Amino acid sequence: MLTSNIIKGVTKGFPLGITPTKVEVKEVDFNPTFIVKTLTKIDYSALYQAANDVGHAEGLPEKLEDDVKENEDLLKKLHNALLQVEVIEGELVCPESGRKFPISNGIPNMLLLENEVENVTQ
Amino acid sequence: MAARNSISPQIEPMKRYLIQFAHEHLDFRVQEIRSILSLIGCQGIMKEKDLSDGSPFMEVELSSETVAKALMQRTVLSKRLYELWGEGTSVYDINTQIKQLPKEILEPYTSENSSFRIVVETFNKKLSTLEKISRIEKLTEPDSIFYGPIKLNCPDYSFHLLEFYHFDGTSQPASEPSKVYFGRWIADGQRARIQQYHLQKRHFIANTSMDACLSMVMANLGQIKDSDFVFDPFVGSGSLLVACAHYGAYVAGTDIDFLLLHARAKPSRAKQKTRSRNESVRSNLQQYGFESRYIDVLVADASRHKMWREGSQFDAIVTDPPYGIRESAARIANVENAKVKSLENGAQRYPQKTQYQLGDIFRDLLNFAAQFLIKGGRLVYWLPIYKPDYQESNIPQHPCLEVESNCEQPLNSTISRRLITMVKTGEFKGPESHGEQKASIAVDHYQCETFRQKYFKATEMEANEKEKGGPPSSSNSYS
Repeated sequence: MLTSNIIKGVTKGFPLGITPTKVEVKEVDFNPTFIVKTLTKIDYSALYQAANDVGHAEGLPEKLEDDVKENEDLLKKLHNALLQVEVIEGELVCPESGRKFPISNGIPNMLLLENEVENVTQ
Repeated sequence: MAARNSISPQIEPMKRYLIQFAHEHLDFRVQEIRSILSLIGCQGIMKEKDLSDGSPFMEVELSSETVAKALMQRTVLSKRLYELWGEGTSVYDINTQIKQLPKEILEPYTSENSSFRIVVETFNKKLSTLEKISRIEKLTEPDSIFYGPIKLNCPDYSFHLLEFYHFDGTSQPASEPSKVYFGRWIADGQRARIQQYHLQKRHFIANTSMDACLSMVMANLGQIKDSDFVFDPFVGSGSLLVACAHYGAYVAGTDIDFLLLHARAKPSRAKQKTRSRNESVRSNLQQYGFESRYIDVLVADASRHKMWREGSQFDAIVTDPPYGIRESAARIANVENAKVKSLENGAQRYPQKTQYQLGDIFRDLLNFAAQFLIKGGRLVYWLPIYKPDYQESNIPQHPCLEVESNCEQPLNSTISRRLITMVKTGEFKGPESHGEQKASIAVDHYQCETFRQKYFKATEMEANEKEKGGPPSSSNSYS
């Protein structure tokens, strides 16, 4: 789910919505250093929305407080949302154009279709 | 160092060590050490001149044994590191020198309670067992520095006598060594990792998977460290990501090849009929226990940067772009007036890929790195070169990026590839507003001919020469 926070639709479409059909929670070693570092780069509201889209927002606050670094409980929940929850099958939806990008086998396909290409270059 | 010490007294006095390199990727050896030293934040003074006549031994001054060990924890191009006790041109020189060493250096390792052994190693010449024994006897004669018992297996301390014989490749190697070193063994480098991560044992490989050794060299030049976020825009089978994950990085990548990422491409191994369904970048990381470091892999076109949210920042970008020899360079065609093409069954059709000019690949790559790297982050990539035409101005430039190192790997007599490491030093001020912040290539290496054309012309020429008895070419793999 970290990835959903750093990609967007071609022009403005951020954040992409997620329509999951199959979600898995993978066991990933907890590394608070990486989570804290990542939090400084991501758009938290987008993460919150993504977590809601896939139904794994439980325990996540709507807004992040400054003391998150000391709150290991919360860091673990963020760790879960960022690294453990994975959309295996589903779609990413651009909020602007409604364009859907399919996710299969955990791999999103961001390629555009032929008729879309000309509209977006330069 | 004396002058420096007087200015800032905290600087520890430097001690002399000796690195024994493996005899491969010669141009990369010093850069790898330099990069690791800067990563671990330590000073080192390398005597690069030592390597100039083909010797694998280089003296280096470091502040402590701890630094020396940390260095060996990362380098894949070094075999071993020693505390340097003596150097000269004969065993006699060594013997004289070690007898004059101060007690503080000798005693902890040569007292009667410490077992030891002496290993004799030579480069460019083979010594008989008798010749080796006679050298060891000279070093351990009754009035020598060693008081402890000799123990060949698992001694407390290991000492190495190293001899280098000059050999210019034409006549016989010199009969007398041009350099003799003696040192106390401190640590081995990471050569064993090359076997551990060998491609032969890798679950998923593609046509141009990077071998384990060079992947790790790239990770070292990229200064990959724990909890970094590393990205590869031409991910393929993810061999570079495996090396980065080994050093503790979280990894992600993209590739335009949908079939490859979904294990439906033609298999790369001889005799393999179809790929198994679980051949993926994730399974490669899983194989080595790095699944926790896997972030994601996406099917995407590396030439289109607009899919990334502004400000997302990678600690490093490590990549091997396709050069069009064994893997075609492709991006999505920019078709004017593209017609909507729906297949009869209503399936959607992806646009055709078009050839991706090498020059454009590198300009796009630099623009991408300038925008999405953190400040101080590194971009490490390969640039294929036709040697007769190569000049320094072929290296792509960007106002936000500075070339840190440029190492050559010769592939045959006319073709080589260069590993370029760049550091982001400038602030990127937005992709649209500042037109001047764009990557440029002063002299485009691929302007007149594609690299593919140059490559096949060169290979043909070499084949012709070979028929006439010219030099044989080496066979190396390429992207």
